[in-house]
Amino acid sequence: MTKMQTLEWAFFAIAALLTLAGAVATVAARRPIRSAMGLLVTILGICGCYLMLHAEFLATVQLIVYAGAVVILFIFVVMLLGSAATSPSDDKAALPRYLSAGLFLACVVGGGSLMMRVASAKTKSTALPAVDASFGTIEKIGHELFTEKVIPFELTSALLLVAVVGALAVGRGKQADPTRQLPGNSGEEEA
Amino acid sequence: MTVPIHYFLVLAAALFATGAVGFLLRRNLLVLLMSIELMLNAVNLTLVAFNRLHPANHAGQILSFFVIAIAAAEAAVGLAIVLAFFRLRGSVRSDEATALKN
Repeated sequence: MTKMQTLEWAFFAIAALLTLAGAVATVAARRPIRSAMGLLVTILGICGCYLMLHAEFLATVQLIVYAGAVVILFIFVVMLLGSAATSPSDDKAALPRYLSAGLFLACVVGGGSLMMRVASAKTKSTALPAVDASFGTIEKIGHELFTEKVIPFELTSALLLVAVVGALAVGRGKQADPTRQLPGNSGEEEA
Repeated sequence: MTVPIHYFLVLAAALFATGAVGFLLRRNLLVLLMSIELMLNAVNLTLVAFNRLHPANHAGQILSFFVIAIAAAEAAVGLAIVLAFFRLRGSVRSDEATALKN
């Protein structure tokens, strides 16, 4: 095993450890702010995996969108809710929840190990095809996005517009701002 | 590359299972939304890993690009719904959402 290979395995081990530890922290933490921090760690680990898989542009997008926008949005809402964000624990209907989660986990582990056994019996080699250095760069992805996939790309803009309008409509509530007393102009431009 | 592709697939499957178990176990609406994000991230990782296995085009990477955009929209709308729900009930527990029950 050369030095390069050792480095690659070490990088993968760190990325996988970050991903799984962050996911467990997200799910298991009592306080939502710690869950958000766990989500951030998971996103960093997945970003490392993307770098190993020749998806440099996607790793950047992952950092900008998830770490820069989604996690910040979660933390913003947790701060807005204050102490109400941490819900007190009680044991109401605990058994069905734990039972369903355990059943799901057993199905995943059983099916996954079965598939791994079948796959390792069928496949001869695990060698990956070689890719040139431009695979996954912003030039290649941009070219493909704006030639073949331009219609889904434009539809995404419509989706984001609808999401912005929907988030505004749902999030601002019914009552107008009490500090604003202009007649005939009951809170049209807030939120 | 020395790390085989199925290591990434197993990692993604474990991440998806963690997110799904969190979605089933927890009742805090914020944590439920974060579990959904975990599952979407696991699917993205699977798409990118398979795209590395078949590098003729960038279909997997572009699809996960769209999934990231949809996840961002989902987080924005979901958190707006959580805020509206908190304004209505004063809590973010999912079992308080009983308005359609009776």
